[in-house]
Amino acid sequence: MSTKPTATPDKKDASGSSRNAPINASLSAEARIELYRKMVRIRRFEERSLRAYQSKKIGGFLHLYIGQEAVAVGCCSLMGENDHVITAYRDHGHAIAVGMDTKPLMAELYGKVTGCSKGKGGSMHYFDPSRNYWGGHGIVGGQIPLGTGLAYALKYKGLKGAAMAFMGDGAVNQGAVHEAYNLAALWNLPVIFVIENNGYSMGTSQARSSAGELARRADAYDMAWDIINGHDLYEVRDKMDTLLTRAREKSLPAVVEIKTYRYRGHSVADPDKTYRNKAEIEEYQRTKDPITLFQETLLGEGVLTQEIIEKIDTEARAEAEQAAEFAEASPFPTVEDIQKDVYWEADNPSERKSQGRLFFN
Amino acid sequence: MPLITYREALRHAMAEELTRDENVVIMGEEVAQFNGAYKVTEGLLEKFGPKRIVDTPISEAGFIGMGVGASMLGIRPVMELMFWSFYSVAFDQILNNAANIRYMSGGLINCPIVIRGPANGGTNVGATHSHTPENVLANHPGVKVVVPSTPYDAKGLLKSAIRDNDPVMFLENTILYGEKGEVPEEEYLVPLGKADVKREGTDLSIITYGRSVLHSLKAAEILEKEHDVSVEIVDLRSIRPLDFDTVLASVKKTHRVLIVEEQKPFASVGAQLSDMIQREAFDELDGPIHRLSTVDAPAIYSPPVEIEQLPNPQRVLKAALEALA
Repeated sequence: MSTKPTATPDKKDASGSSRNAPINASLSAEARIELYRKMVRIRRFEERSLRAYQSKKIGGFLHLYIGQEAVAVGCCSLMGENDHVITAYRDHGHAIAVGMDTKPLMAELYGKVTGCSKGKGGSMHYFDPSRNYWGGHGIVGGQIPLGTGLAYALKYKGLKGAAMAFMGDGAVNQGAVHEAYNLAALWNLPVIFVIENNGYSMGTSQARSSAGELARRADAYDMAWDIINGHDLYEVRDKMDTLLTRAREKSLPAVVEIKTYRYRGHSVADPDKTYRNKAEIEEYQRTKDPITLFQETLLGEGVLTQEIIEKIDTEARAEAEQAAEFAEASPFPTVEDIQKDVYWEADNPSERKSQGRLFFN
Repeated sequence: MPLITYREALRHAMAEELTRDENVVIMGEEVAQFNGAYKVTEGLLEKFGPKRIVDTPISEAGFIGMGVGASMLGIRPVMELMFWSFYSVAFDQILNNAANIRYMSGGLINCPIVIRGPANGGTNVGATHSHTPENVLANHPGVKVVVPSTPYDAKGLLKSAIRDNDPVMFLENTILYGEKGEVPEEEYLVPLGKADVKREGTDLSIITYGRSVLHSLKAAEILEKEHDVSVEIVDLRSIRPLDFDTVLASVKKTHRVLIVEEQKPFASVGAQLSDMIQREAFDELDGPIHRLSTVDAPAIYSPPVEIEQLPNPQRVLKAALEALA
């Protein structure tokens, strides 16, 4: 029985070597700063959205990405023209990572018509097909067959690209995920299944929910798999680059488990007092915070200075504040908007081919 | 006009659309090498090859969801469910993902997928294989629902469904697969949302769809010969969108309504129609709206009894006489 990752050459096991991997070594100073800036922007956006939630500006759920920033930023920074991303409901980080403007993102949380989904999707349902970002999905594991379908379409059209289908560690026990694994492996589809393992499926720890090592389940499907330290941006980029290149060039799927951690509860409705202790969170923040670690790395490289760090932080806070102001000032959708965007045909009446009633009140 | 079976009509529709549009892909369990569990896709693999005609594992949530994802990038998957009853294991993919993706993205994403297969009782396969989910599907704004009763309609509607930019749920019937009907050789489309008066009459409107149309036509013949009653039969063909104008026109003509459906009665298509008719044509009615549905229980296996659980010509006849009383 193999218990060793199948995707990573041994030489890359140590995270230190990831810095020297070509995908990272070739980064300009500006590009490194931009990666850092994206992580900071995500964190400030999330913190601002939490304050908006606490002041009752946001309804429903709010699943914050704080602590996991290096995963989305690292993975999405590798995207080429024909690479695609889909994720679950903790989707704000990926949206910012693929380049979505934070104003419509915040406005969506506020339920405003200027939101990225016109106020129809909410926190869990961000989309931007123009940036190859396909959501934003609310049902645990339900997006994974869709991500497999993105890869299927790429292969069908003969395009050299890959799909990254993100899920949380809780999703690995869903049947749809295993069905997608089988199809991807059976048909050699260029999809990377990315498990963002933050240790808890809602309030149930991995030890209490999942048998065995999560990524190693790929062995059963003859898929390559790997484990990545999600607090190390360079390592995320290095190992994901290997898998993405393999997917694009050879049309082969893989499963990757990125170990990460969330500082906040599952959602803001989770008081986070029953299933883990504060010391655990503080220990992670102290030793593995992805932003702090990358900051230290870039300081060591002479790329960042205290001055730049402060500037980035000030700008990120201002950006989040401006997004909240934009959201606040925007109008809500109208009752008439409720029945728009349901059917393509209803929204394009001049091209409608069908007849009869589409709506029943 | 050539007489072909409902099965052949569906096959011709798919073959024509496969030829017309390279993004059309047929997928499902046993659709390729096996030639289709019900032979609907027979010969398509040979003609179009394995890229276009794809056998899937028994994995409905996986492959339907995969089709939804592929459709977001412009593929037009025509997915076969061996039985529509199996939609239950792909419910999340169909009715959360396909139905909602356009809405939740604020209209940014389309899902041009067709999910087709038989949805009927009457073949003694028991409760798990005899579901008729058209009401459940139509309860989800975002999807369209089509239930053809004849070879002509099946072909024209399937071609329209494949060209549609919204997800279309296409419900066939294993008992109808062998039924023959006239289908022209030249290309034609039947638009979704257009009912068809299958028989003109003046005394009673039977509003129906799917195989129940055939039962109703048989009952209408008996009613004419033995009871001197003139029955009009409106075949909805499409549940959502719904051609309610044709229903209303018939009600205004006959003033009496019987709805016949192979559905359990609770919150069925017939229940919806009853509400709409009483609301929009109350003054036209000379009596209460009558409904004939499947007897309200899970599908019974016992072959002779299952016939009596479903609509059949004798049950339609009896219900029609009650509606006329």
